Amino acid sequence: MSAVRFTKDHEWVRQEGDLAVIGITDYAQSQLGDVVYVELPEHGRQIEQGKEAAVVESAKAASEVYAPVTGEVVAVNDEIVSDPAKVNADAMGAGWFIKIRLADPKQLDGLMDEAAYQAFVGEQP
Amino acid sequence: MASDSPEVRPLSQADPGSPAAAPLRRTPLYELHRARGAKMVPFAGYEMPVQYPTGIISEHLQTRAQAGLFDVSHMGQIRLRGAAAASALEALVPGDLQALAPQRMRYTLLLNDKGGILDDLMVTRLEDGLMLVVNAACKESDLAYLQAHLDREIAVEPRFDRALLALQGPAAAAVLARFAPGVARMPFLSSAELSIAGAPCTVTRSGYTGEDGFEIALAAEHAVTVAEKLLAEPGVAPIGLGARDTLRLEAGLCLYGHDIDETTTPVEAGLAWTVGKRRRTEGGFPGASIILRQVAEGPARKRVGIRPDGRAPAREGTIIVDPANNAIGKVTSGGFGPSINAPVAMGYVDAPHGREGATLAVVVRDVARLAHVAPLPFVRTHYYRGS
Repeated sequence: MSAVRFTKDHEWVRQEGDLAVIGITDYAQSQLGDVVYVELPEHGRQIEQGKEAAVVESAKAASEVYAPVTGEVVAVNDEIVSDPAKVNADAMGAGWFIKIRLADPKQLDGLMDEAAYQAFVGEQP
Repeated sequence: MASDSPEVRPLSQADPGSPAAAPLRRTPLYELHRARGAKMVPFAGYEMPVQYPTGIISEHLQTRAQAGLFDVSHMGQIRLRGAAAASALEALVPGDLQALAPQRMRYTLLLNDKGGILDDLMVTRLEDGLMLVVNAACKESDLAYLQAHLDREIAVEPRFDRALLALQGPAAAAVLARFAPGVARMPFLSSAELSIAGAPCTVTRSGYTGEDGFEIALAAEHAVTVAEKLLAEPGVAPIGLGARDTLRLEAGLCLYGHDIDETTTPVEAGLAWTVGKRRRTEGGFPGASIILRQVAEGPARKRVGIRPDGRAPAREGTIIVDPANNAIGKVTSGGFGPSINAPVAMGYVDAPHGREGATLAVVVRDVARLAHVAPLPFVRTHYYRGS
């Protein structure tokens, strides 16, 4: 299992060969509170770094999930669609959102590693 | 949080509580909320608990299953003193206040000359006047309005320093009866002066959740003691504004500034029942001609309950369309109903589309998603009707 990278928008991405798994961070789920609805992109859709890839809704509000890297959607986690609370329970694991085929693996190098992300979160109000 | 279109914000701004514009006021329970791990957010000029660590869904279900304690001290308590207070206030509201017996309470509306709603409020009749509880965001303007429009013989006394707690849920009566046995048989929408844990309290059997419950008005200096005593009882948990909103939405209750405001009339809002029978004959309240014509002819648009067929919540500002995709209205409150385990919403639609069971669609993120007009409330209410 390779290292996880993070965005300032609180998504995580973990490279698996030429694929990557994407989700929202534990900090993000804690800020959202109870997740009640998730809308995921369809198979085969091209998602672009920094653009909307999914929507996650808490009891309070709807939030966009941005693609941390560019690629083609090859799998989506139907389990969080049928049971959105999985995102709260295990945001970094079973609560993953989508799997994509990476267009440019080097994009990962521009993202934060875990230490940098934890420091970034520590600065949040 | 009123807006023209439903917000979808970046995850980095998922917490709506972060930015605080003006200095915020605090209720007497501020430290209690913090000590219990509440997430505090700005609301109506106050720093209020939106949720505690267990979260909105758990707090909501707790209140429906057992009992929840809410801090609603931000709301405005206003005392009207004077024997003629009930008849005087009738000039500003459509309710039959003169028919209210002492210690009885009623929901009513402050109206403007067009029949629009300036605020909604609870009114309790007292021996020498009335006690009002008004919305936090409206309390200063309500106070000025009452002072300007009520006869000088009526003393208008703000009690904004007082605290207000709500104990709601099926266990509320049993819990409160351990401190004040008399509450068990208090009728729904009645008031009593009682001592709770040594503190003089005005207790009303009322609330904003659809459950049986009580609201407890007391001096700020006693608020923490009474709240801690109630929270120490088995089956009682603190509940934030997030669950307060989902509870009242499921119960079909209006939120001022969202489901009702100066542009909506009581008839459009489905609140024609607040226009007393005598008042329908006599009129004499602001906007009476408009409101009574709508009562007779039916309103052009009306507030309805909406159940989206799918799982996507339809939030405030969502456009409502008919099956042919013509815009017919807008959602005024919407989200996820934890007790229903499905999205629920309320909104206004053109009257022909408002019949129960009618098919419509809500446009969420540019996609029209099927929904149906549903009866309100969404859940069975459990107001106390005597044992």
